[in-house]
Amino acid sequence: MTEAGRLHVVDAPLSPPSPSAGLLEVFRRRYLLRMLVRREVSARYQGSFLGLMWSYINPLSQLFIFWFVMGKIIGRSTEMFAVHVFCGLIVVQFFIETFNAGTRSIVRNRSLVQKMAMPREMFPVASMLVSLYHMGPQLVILTFIVVLTGWTPDPVYLLGFLLALAIIAALGTSLALVFSVANVFLRDVSSFVSILTNFVRFAVPMIYPYSLVDQRFGSFAQYYLFNPIADAVLLVQQAFWVGSTKDPAAIHAQHIPDHLYAYGFLALGIALVMLVIAQAIFRRFENRIPEQL
Amino acid sequence: MSAPSGGYSASTSIVVDDVTKSFTLRYHRTLKQMAVAAAKGRDISGKFNALDHVSFTVEQGESIGLMGLNGSGKSTLLKLINGVMRPDTGTVLTRGRIAGLIATGAGFHPQLTGRENVFLNAAVLGMSEAETQRKFDSIVEFADIGRFLDSPVGHYSSGMFARLGFAVAIHVDSDIFLADEVLAVGDKPFKQKCLQKMQEIRDSGRTLFYVSHAAGSVRKMCDRVIVLEQGRLAFDGGVDEGIRFVKYDEPEKGAGDELGTEDTDDELGSDI
Repeated sequence: MTEAGRLHVVDAPLSPPSPSAGLLEVFRRRYLLRMLVRREVSARYQGSFLGLMWSYINPLSQLFIFWFVMGKIIGRSTEMFAVHVFCGLIVVQFFIETFNAGTRSIVRNRSLVQKMAMPREMFPVASMLVSLYHMGPQLVILTFIVVLTGWTPDPVYLLGFLLALAIIAALGTSLALVFSVANVFLRDVSSFVSILTNFVRFAVPMIYPYSLVDQRFGSFAQYYLFNPIADAVLLVQQAFWVGSTKDPAAIHAQHIPDHLYAYGFLALGIALVMLVIAQAIFRRFENRIPEQL
Repeated sequence: MSAPSGGYSASTSIVVDDVTKSFTLRYHRTLKQMAVAAAKGRDISGKFNALDHVSFTVEQGESIGLMGLNGSGKSTLLKLINGVMRPDTGTVLTRGRIAGLIATGAGFHPQLTGRENVFLNAAVLGMSEAETQRKFDSIVEFADIGRFLDSPVGHYSSGMFARLGFAVAIHVDSDIFLADEVLAVGDKPFKQKCLQKMQEIRDSGRTLFYVSHAAGSVRKMCDRVIVLEQGRLAFDGGVDEGIRFVKYDEPEKGAGDELGTEDTDDELGSDI
């Protein structure tokens, strides 16, 4: 048998068997990433009668609650208030889901993590992509509603929408990276994160317009805009909500802060720096993951 | 991560150089328990070396039987070679693609069908989409699960589950093949089929790294034995001497139970 054995020549260098390129390696193994995302997505509604319909029912019910409680009972006078809330809801939902699911991702996939040599960044990134995928139905609902109210798309504003997605994707992934590895060491972290995300809904101009912040805090309002999620919400509102009102120019002047793009790109920059730092932290503690699971 | 491939021949397949891996043991999980332990002056955590300055090299095409008692560090060593863990000190280097029977069924999702899981599992094991499609029929044939292929794997029997996982793992084109004792489930005909497949793998010149307690199958499959004892390399050499070494060292524990006696020869692979 050894005679036959010598015939097998391996044309590869001797190298450490564990992957070391971090997030870059994740994108090198796109096929696996796609399979992991597809697994989550298709497993989510398997065996349920309404299936994918739930992805529409859930956001619609939330939209209805906010519209009814805030618009009808409390009586906010903001024009097209339901759309205003829904724009915020989409962004917040994307962020919260990425953060929460990402934090749990490594512990949840422990059978894979303990047995297979793959970049563990794969799991938080997959969580982010699954959340992004779930945003699809919400976006369909939003577009449907604003088209009904005579919305015409503005290419520059729609680019702002993409900027908002990039901000949340980078920010959510960076937080998910750090907290997913922390959750391996202390399972309390995931409970802590879900409390943390409760605050997000109120830290963005969703159930109140930005103009209110501007009114109450005056010159301090600019610090409010250092919140990347708030910037993302405003960018989405600019893309969908403003165009759905009767007088978009006036609404834009009143409710959308000046220099929103500058804040947006600043937020994206901060999120990207956070991503680099998160990768470094992840790398630092990653070695201890398999034994702690 | 220090020295690259310098100093090793072109046919070296695995290098384990002065590798130490230690684990931290946390005796207490909650804040309350820790506070009580600290107040009583007990240790809150401790360290132990799962692997202690282990060194050896493996040439391409060798088949190694890794033996040792439970807890001697076999699985840790396998995980270091597989790349799941990194050594604390020392170097582990491998050449080429690694596959094996240590992750059979890893990533199987109970709610997805067998077919979907084959693609998922193959991706986990590093196969591309085209490669999976090319081998799909052969995988399904090997697993032999018939019409259950399109029902969720959550409904499978444990034997079917293991068979499907094994079938995928064994179809990965690898240069190094690692096998841990994963065939505890599965009936005799299937075990025979697996052993035959592993012999094929060995005869095709791929490096085989085989963890087993069964002297019989090690003798059949391997041409070299490495024995670990409490994380240290205790023996590295010929098969017969290695098997004798394991037994001589722990006579009262080894005779009957897990080490397997000579008569496992005809029960080949009963506990792989």
